[in-house]
Amino acid sequence: MSILTSSDRVVGAASVGRTKRLRPSYWPFVVPALIVVIGVIVFPWVFTLWMSAMEWRIGEEQRFVGLQNYARLFTDVRFLEAMLHTLVYTALSVLAPLVLGTAAALAFNTKLPARGLLRGIFVMPMMATPVAIALVWTMMFHPQLGVLNYLLSLVGIGPLQWVYHPSTVILSLVLVETWQWTPLVMLIVLGGLAALPTEPYESAQIDGATAWQRFRYLTLPMIKPFLMVAVIIRTIDALKSFDILYTITQGGPGTASETINLYLYSVAFTYYDIGYGSAIAVVFFVLIILLSLILLYLRQRSAWNTGDGQ
Amino acid sequence: MSRPLRKLLDKAGMAVCVLLLVSPALLFFIWMLSLSLKFEIDNGAYPPILIPDRFAWKNYTTIFEGNSFLLYFWNSLIVTGAATLFALVVGVPAGYGIARMRAHKSAVVIMIARMTPGLSFLIPLFLLFQWLGLLGTLWPQIIIHLVVTVPIVIWIMIGYFETTPMELEEAAMVDGATRWQIFAKVALPIAKPGIVVAFILSVIFSWNNFVFGIVLASRETRTLPVAVYNMLSFEQVSWGPLAAAALVVTLPVLILTVAAQRQIVAGLTAGAVKGG
Repeated sequence: MSILTSSDRVVGAASVGRTKRLRPSYWPFVVPALIVVIGVIVFPWVFTLWMSAMEWRIGEEQRFVGLQNYARLFTDVRFLEAMLHTLVYTALSVLAPLVLGTAAALAFNTKLPARGLLRGIFVMPMMATPVAIALVWTMMFHPQLGVLNYLLSLVGIGPLQWVYHPSTVILSLVLVETWQWTPLVMLIVLGGLAALPTEPYESAQIDGATAWQRFRYLTLPMIKPFLMVAVIIRTIDALKSFDILYTITQGGPGTASETINLYLYSVAFTYYDIGYGSAIAVVFFVLIILLSLILLYLRQRSAWNTGDGQ
Repeated sequence: MSRPLRKLLDKAGMAVCVLLLVSPALLFFIWMLSLSLKFEIDNGAYPPILIPDRFAWKNYTTIFEGNSFLLYFWNSLIVTGAATLFALVVGVPAGYGIARMRAHKSAVVIMIARMTPGLSFLIPLFLLFQWLGLLGTLWPQIIIHLVVTVPIVIWIMIGYFETTPMELEEAAMVDGATRWQIFAKVALPIAKPGIVVAFILSVIFSWNNFVFGIVLASRETRTLPVAVYNMLSFEQVSWGPLAAAALVVTLPVLILTVAAQRQIVAGLTAGAVKGG
């Protein structure tokens, strides 16, 4: 949503601008925050960029190596695999919550009894402390004692190895991520549904459209901008996912579920290879910005196509 | 189909829908509670037991006896409290200034900060704290939590101050009030609901933060998420006490979520912010 509103705000600012003459005098309000932002946000960006051009290990002499750290990335099999894991994990962790969250939003958009309380319970997974819920998921994934394999055995499936086998570990983690973040998609889409006009639905009703047709040809096109916002936010968060992965698998078994973020952690804080870690951080950052820009571009296009390009 | 029957079916369908919606969340937390209240024998039983014959209340008492859990609770309180308070002090005026100057492009910095992975802030700030000799105190964590709390507060306050009416402020300006007076006496009281939203979300995301702690916390300066994680990896703790500790850590957040769900939903859909 941040991305949605910000671009709209920029446009709005240019067209209104009535308090323009007051501009300079509001600076004192912003300065303290500006100092903080420069100190803890901008300075780390710049410093990371600088470190990424250095051979820098904790306790050793630093020396300038230019782009050598970046060149090393291309031959680092573990990095390339981590890249692949990240992309697979992200794609699935965007898709599943998107579908389920949209379905949930449609259900929540009806007149439910005790809607507020239900919504409160529904959003609990995304507000709960990630480490705490990850610990419980770890217990539930246990092949012998875990409740998940018991539940599967009731319907005659399994037992699965869940996070303990390379072939199922990423899917199992996506399951947790989906459980956790479907509520956010639901909230965003629910916001979109609340703003829908009622007239098209009334005429569709008269024309005898089925529920699926109403969803496919009326609702879906109209909430598309909101879906795009959900996709953008979900993509950023899934790429950055750390707490759940680190607590449940630490990238294992072996390196089967190691994402870029986890690899970055190992390089920087297990091997203390600060220079190389910084290069990974920079590449990771560029990847996130790039994907966000592509999605923003797609969103802009979809907004124009549906005629609400603001 | 007769009308009453159809109505009944509609109601039943709705009930099933509601159940399906909330059951993943509800069942998970019920199972978490069950794990935390069972003795080791019951937690290892197959088929699993949901409600045991006798409750292991000692799971809860042991976490407060054995480890320095109270110290970690206190650490969490200090870090979250200080980082949130400081974020409100600098972030609320900043949100006001940005909204009134219509300097929306500056908000892009906040947006990119939201996109940046927490780890990439950690490397440079870790070195900085080491150089300043701050490691081993709570200061590094308080300072780095500002990465989470300040953007949340600024973002929500920009959005909020944009929707508050300008008429009152303009009237006060005509009466000769200074900008600080207008901010403190006119704008701030109106913005109270927005500040509450910013406060709640800032507290939750700071409280939940894990990644900053595992790097910056020493034995005495752990926050609760780090402490609970360490119970898993270093001490061979059984499931019962571990689940109890996990529940204690996240309980304040869960209560806040259900109690303030209206504000949280408003804040999240307006800002879609998430820390770390």
